[in-house]
Amino acid sequence: MLDPLALSGRVAIVTGASRGIGRAIAETLAAHGATLILNGRRDGEAISRASRYISEKFNVPVSYVAGDISQAQTSANLVKDAFTRHKRLDIYVNNAGVLIDGLIGMMPEHDIDATLSINLAGVLHGVQSAARLMQRGGRGSIINMSSIIGRFGNTGQLVYSASKAGVIGATLAAAKELAPKNIRVNAIAPGFIDTDMVRQIPEAKFAERLASIGMGRIGTPQDIANTALFLASDLSSYVTGQVLGVDGGMLV
Amino acid sequence: MHDKIDAVFKEVLNVDPKGGAITLVYNETEGWNSVGHMMLVAGLEQAFDCMLEMDDILDMSSYEKVVEIMAKYA
Repeated sequence: MLDPLALSGRVAIVTGASRGIGRAIAETLAAHGATLILNGRRDGEAISRASRYISEKFNVPVSYVAGDISQAQTSANLVKDAFTRHKRLDIYVNNAGVLIDGLIGMMPEHDIDATLSINLAGVLHGVQSAARLMQRGGRGSIINMSSIIGRFGNTGQLVYSASKAGVIGATLAAAKELAPKNIRVNAIAPGFIDTDMVRQIPEAKFAERLASIGMGRIGTPQDIANTALFLASDLSSYVTGQVLGVDGGMLV
Repeated sequence: MHDKIDAVFKEVLNVDPKGGAITLVYNETEGWNSVGHMMLVAGLEQAFDCMLEMDDILDMSSYEKVVEIMAKYA
């Protein structure tokens, strides 16, 4: 019987793949045979190292395009790389994002612009670029990273919440428009996940967040990567326009 | 190059441009709406084995403009 999780011969782009959730997704897709094109912001050295490591560990072709995902040209360059090297694109993971907290009245304009341009406009650019190459192959899976905060909101996260709620709206619209082309579009809404972002949270706040999780533990990047693998694979071949919460029963 | 472009117009919009002998304009020619435009783009990319720049896609407002733009990819 064919392995429904096998991704051999398929080409995947993962943005924000230098570390954290994006890195875990890249490694998980590679472990299942996917050819990868990775993106990391500005610091070309970090994404270059990650690409080499993943390629050697999983014995799959991995290339990278360094660049700020808020710029439309970056996602265009990623898809062009897929076209030039492989002539196809099967999976596009819009993962790159930033978390800038601030109470209402305390968020400077440049933080609002940065959050919306990376977390939301970056996703819109990615969807537009990916869909064009995917439709040539007659199939594809686009996975957008939202957040539990985008579904339910949170104090001190006005802008982050708006950006991640926007990702859900974009996912629903894109899923409808691209379904006739057999391109599926889904979102993942992680809860409290153990990444560099959350390690900066004060101890008391960390304990409070942990107490709000029904399963009593913080999530891991691998928990999110496993969900991305499901959405990327044929196991989810009839799933589109969905927002999958991966939060261990967290209440916000 | 004209042959390839004409073939795409024939297939997508069901019109024969005859190398520009017929006036074809975005949003005026029957079928050349936003959906038809994206099908035209897909057909041109397939025929020329290329990826069009976003600015070029938005600039393709007439058959003549398509010819001018596709010359860059031919």
